[in-house]
Amino acid sequence: MSREYSLQAPLRDEDVIHLKIGDRVLLSGIIYSARDAAHKKIIQALEEGTEPPFPLKGAVIYYVGPSPAPEGRPIGSAGPTTSYRMDSYTPRLHSLGVKATIGKGKRSQEVKDALVRHNAVYFGATGGAGALLSQRIVSSKIIAFEDLGPEAVRELVVRDFPLLVVNDAFGGELYAKPNLPD
Amino acid sequence: MRTVKSSEITDRIAEMVVRANRILPRDVLQAISRAKTAEPSDAGREILGQLEDNAALARESGLPLCQDTGMAVFFVELGEQCRVDGASLHDAVTEGMIRGYRDGLLRKSMCHPLTRKNTGDNTPAVIHVDLVPGDGLKISFMAKGGGSENMSRVTMLSPAQGWRGIKEFVLGRVAEAGPNPCPPTMLGIGIGGSFELAPKLAKQALLRPLDQPHPDPEIARMEQELLEEINTLGIGPMGLGGDTTCLGVRINMAPCHIASLPLAVNVQCHSARHEEVLL
Repeated sequence: MSREYSLQAPLRDEDVIHLKIGDRVLLSGIIYSARDAAHKKIIQALEEGTEPPFPLKGAVIYYVGPSPAPEGRPIGSAGPTTSYRMDSYTPRLHSLGVKATIGKGKRSQEVKDALVRHNAVYFGATGGAGALLSQRIVSSKIIAFEDLGPEAVRELVVRDFPLLVVNDAFGGELYAKPNLPD
Repeated sequence: MRTVKSSEITDRIAEMVVRANRILPRDVLQAISRAKTAEPSDAGREILGQLEDNAALARESGLPLCQDTGMAVFFVELGEQCRVDGASLHDAVTEGMIRGYRDGLLRKSMCHPLTRKNTGDNTPAVIHVDLVPGDGLKISFMAKGGGSENMSRVTMLSPAQGWRGIKEFVLGRVAEAGPNPCPPTMLGIGIGGSFELAPKLAKQALLRPLDQPHPDPEIARMEQELLEEINTLGIGPMGLGGDTTCLGVRINMAPCHIASLPLAVNVQCHSARHEEVLL
């Protein structure tokens, strides 16, 4: 039976441990946008022993590259991008305290194992509903890698951002398995 | 010989790319509404409802439907009796695209393939020009998102594999892609031609509205058969299960070499943004 939670980011261990696949979460608080190129740079920073652009402990990373903000709005359209492209970076980030990622689409076995190992979750948001989701983003500010344009890292303040637990810390996965004919 | 001013092309393209990114085509919206009524899965119906809300909000607010406002793909049909006056056709289209993406606050997504440095203005546009009889000029535009494009494939089947092989490949692709390309999707399928022509046929097929089956009844039947089989896969909206995995299959076919059976599957997400102008 799926349940509904209101959670505050950054997330704590006790926020995540209750979550099961199919649960709905309304997330408020501070999250960070990062996608392909930003992930590469964050991992590079870690290799070089420099500080990542935001505190990883408890962090929620949103895989999004928003469209430019119209006058008077914090952000343009801002729906999730496909997550598997970040799979090679994600286990390392979970090992350093990242509690959740937000995207759409399937994750690798390595990511699912990392969720179990580090008590973390993968949230799905509705792909292609970027106009709708942008209404739950209260503010946005670029905090790193401005040169990456739409791929820059942003600190986003969200209010009641609607999410679905797709992969939980118990190895569960929500996505339907296709019935392929033999 | 008829002349079209390049500045007119630029103006019309600039308007078209913005409008296409904000307004979901009527046929797609209707297909989503119909699917919502028929969809047995609760989660699926909810997702389809969100897509309707998103489309209404984009139309009213001027925000793009999706943050991925795409590669700008143009299919140009240039009449042999039509001449472009001023800038070249290529420059006129590119200039309109740049202006539309800049002024319409659309995301610039194009970058160097290896350094990943963004080109900054969404260039280059992908422009296909076909010469056609007459003095017309028709330009179709697609905002092609990366997430669905990445799930697309081209393959060279053996002639013996035939229709059965085509179906197996398409179903396998859709199953493998699962939730990734933002289902419900549309599939453009190119059968025949050559290695480079099949994907062009596939992408061009996506321009045909969902309420317009292929004029050849045999191909129309194939489109319907594939659609029905795809929708028994159970992937559903956003991959959360259900009957609405695909909203429509569009096939374009062309003769091919006796040794070959080229096949291309171009996956299009539910945000199937395209429009055309006649000049």
